[in-house]
Amino acid sequence: MTDQNNYLDMDLLRFTTAGSVDDGKSTLIGRLFHDTKAIFEDQLEAIERSSKQRGDEHINLALLTDGLRAEREQGITIDVAYRYFATPKRKFIIADTPGHIQYTRNMVTGASTANLALILVDARNGVVEQTRRHTFIADLLGIKHVAVCINKMDLVDYDEKAYEKVLRQYTDFASRLENVTDLTFIPISALKGDNVVDRSENMQWYKGPPLLYHLENVYVGSDSNHVDARFPVQWVIRPHSDEHHDFRGFSGRVAGGVFKLGDKVTILPSGFSTKISKILKGETEIEEAYHPQSVTILLEDEIDVSRGDMIVKPNNQPKVEQDLDAFICWFSGNKKLSKGSKFIFRHTTKEAQAIVSDIRYKVDVNSLRKMEDVETFDMNDIGRVSLRISQPIFHDTYRRNRNTGSFILVDPFTNETLAAGMLR
Amino acid sequence: MQNYNLTHLEQLESEAIFILRETAAQFERPGLLFSGGKDSIVMAHLAAKAFSPAKIPFPFVHVDTGHNFPETIAFRDSFVKKTGVQLIVGYVQGSIDKGTAVEETGPNASRNALQSVTLLETIEKESLDACLGGGRRDEEKARAKERFFSHRDAFGQWDPKNQRPELWNLFNGRKSQGENFRIFPLSNWTEMDVWQYAKIENIELPNLYFTHEREVVDRNGSLLAVSEFVTPRDNESPKKETVRFRTIGDATCTGAVLSTASNLDEVIAEVAASRVTERGARADDRRSEAAMEDRKKQGYF
Repeated sequence: MTDQNNYLDMDLLRFTTAGSVDDGKSTLIGRLFHDTKAIFEDQLEAIERSSKQRGDEHINLALLTDGLRAEREQGITIDVAYRYFATPKRKFIIADTPGHIQYTRNMVTGASTANLALILVDARNGVVEQTRRHTFIADLLGIKHVAVCINKMDLVDYDEKAYEKVLRQYTDFASRLENVTDLTFIPISALKGDNVVDRSENMQWYKGPPLLYHLENVYVGSDSNHVDARFPVQWVIRPHSDEHHDFRGFSGRVAGGVFKLGDKVTILPSGFSTKISKILKGETEIEEAYHPQSVTILLEDEIDVSRGDMIVKPNNQPKVEQDLDAFICWFSGNKKLSKGSKFIFRHTTKEAQAIVSDIRYKVDVNSLRKMEDVETFDMNDIGRVSLRISQPIFHDTYRRNRNTGSFILVDPFTNETLAAGMLR
Repeated sequence: MQNYNLTHLEQLESEAIFILRETAAQFERPGLLFSGGKDSIVMAHLAAKAFSPAKIPFPFVHVDTGHNFPETIAFRDSFVKKTGVQLIVGYVQGSIDKGTAVEETGPNASRNALQSVTLLETIEKESLDACLGGGRRDEEKARAKERFFSHRDAFGQWDPKNQRPELWNLFNGRKSQGENFRIFPLSNWTEMDVWQYAKIENIELPNLYFTHEREVVDRNGSLLAVSEFVTPRDNESPKKETVRFRTIGDATCTGAVLSTASNLDEVIAEVAASRVTERGARADDRRSEAAMEDRKKQGYF
């Protein structure tokens, strides 16, 4: 395969970063972009112009992500910014989230689709509140891979002891995490470029790979659930044409497991069983479909199936329940959650109504302590609640499957997205 | 066990198809904004795949500035004929004639910003509750914070500071009367992804995207094609150059680039080596630092 065609073989890594203005996050992203040629000359010129206008001493790379006028004026980042770069091996999507206002909401949003969390720690300050907060959220959102970059090593004379001190602090605290299975530590200097793209000459004691190599090679293929077959029906295709008179196809995105031609399947909620007679990807017939492919499934028997139903295997079915136990992150600044609150509940392709039957506890994201006897959830609160849903929900635990274990709560009056939830 | 990995293009394709189907399911009357540019062509191709073998279940909508490259309109019409979808055209000239839009005057006058007026009028006239656009987050910094499902109030305005958070694959398209959505299935695609996908899917694109000879003038660093809409000024001397377009928009503000790339492989190689973004040649974005944000707040694509 020639260089030109290597894109036929590239895969995708989504990662999230979080941090405040001065921990070097922008510098690090800027360096990754610069060294992988993701910053273009006209962008660089525009940033240089604005940096000069603002009187910044160095080129301010935050200006690359902070495009909104209010952000530029106030020097803050308002929202999750999505950034893209690619190497010949991988395309990367960064969900870059600000470290201050609405931090939880933004971090949770960024982490919900990420495979990896990149956490920056200042080698001089060690693990701080924000490090713990970000790590906790990454773990809560089911991220398995965490890359801890111990930054500003140039300011501690590239000293191995400084690195090891941070590593010990972090490992102590990380022993309580539930989902993270791959924890990697990399000593770097984003400013000087040590261990970002190339191996550092200044830290011969570090035997691991530089950050970009790690990002290019970390194996995320086994993170998806390929065991429990789940297919939430999104849309029913009925062409109403002479040529395809009897065609009835059920479209959707495989949420877990593998569906093969001829497989025996059960439809929920009806419980009818039949076999898969055809799988289509566009116009092409394929033999099997797996997460996260968008396909159309045809069934042998004529069964009533519509949006919100789920196609599964008879010997491996999800939980079907109306009373749910969930972790939620409350986003709204306008509204609070309390016992008895009613919401619209969105889960896979299904919409129902939910009522809060119990508030169990909140978690202090800084100390990770449980707070019981709480009555309401305010903006950025995280904790555990019980919900009663207007109809049975086909689900798995979030830990087992992110797609069938996640939901959002929507305000029935303003239509605002109020909360994100993960089923236990 | 078998390797169940998808390539980056397969993942992007699957995500875009999911969004297109979600749009059909959550809205009563969506429309697909079709400009004849490469992004909208790729989006239309994905829509055809998403609903195959049925027809695409929504109309195409074109906001016509009247300042088109003739190639674009010819391509649009043949594409619509081939797919059999309904085409709705909103004319900027119509808005000007009605007095709802006022033609810009001055040396760099363009109808680009007026498209917002015509788009909003078309949305209202056709009762569209969602418009699918080919916008990508990598295009411009104000787009970097755009959602897949982007809520617009009853005035068609975008409020970047008050967007709904988007988590997992759960998209909230609920709205009140009069409000609508812009939906961007290609949000996570880059320019390179679009070219690569066009290549592997064998998608036909207008010949403006490939090298040809054309008379151009150099205006503020953009190579503008000489046409009935762009006439050389006294201090400008038109030249014949070997060029192609990286983006296609209104002929008054879409700059060409010097290029000999005659097919998709050569375009991909050229984009890979390029040091300037594709919108670098677009005069509409250069007007000010927040030019795109301002237009979007007023209802732009």
